[in-house]
Amino acid sequence: MEGQGAAADPQLQQFIEVESQKQRFQQLVHQMTEVCWEKCMDKPSPKLDSRTESCFVNCVERFIDTSQFILNRLEQTQRSRGSFSETMSD
Amino acid sequence: MDGFGSDFSKGGAGGKMDTGTIMEQVKVQIAVANAQELLQRMTDKCFKKCIGKPGSCLDNSEQKCIAMCMDRYMDAWNTVSRAYNSRLQRERSRI
Repeated sequence: MEGQGAAADPQLQQFIEVESQKQRFQQLVHQMTEVCWEKCMDKPSPKLDSRTESCFVNCVERFIDTSQFILNRLEQTQRSRGSFSETMSD
Repeated sequence: MDGFGSDFSKGGAGGKMDTGTIMEQVKVQIAVANAQELLQRMTDKCFKKCIGKPGSCLDNSEQKCIAMCMDRYMDAWNTVSRAYNSRLQRERSRI
């Protein structure tokens, strides 16, 4: 990376960092919208009613909780069983 | 759609592009990619919701359903975006 002229430009580097972060955000919004749409939307109505809206909000919160829970648990199992990473890479 | 890729390589082949031009083009490409992503997922979801049995044409009620579904999908997208953003904000302030 550092050998390339473009990547060495600090302004460009910062730009890419910021845009990448924005893109990760956007990507997760796309993904969660799709997942929560399946969970929360019955038949599309003329307005997004408040029950559906709060379903979406809860769905986002629980999706992130789930992701963090899984990450934490994987970390724990990896720590207690050193062989975990080996089985993964096999 | 071809335009973006070829524009980019044209500029790149000519030697050094200035940083401003690169950033501008990257921003456009990101915007296009996001629009495509949204379009694809929206089409998928609204097709599933509104087209029960594909008939010989897209009839009136199907069109109405699709239009409504599109609006609701945008609402959903914005709601999710806001919820995710406020979650991030909360987690940042906790640290």
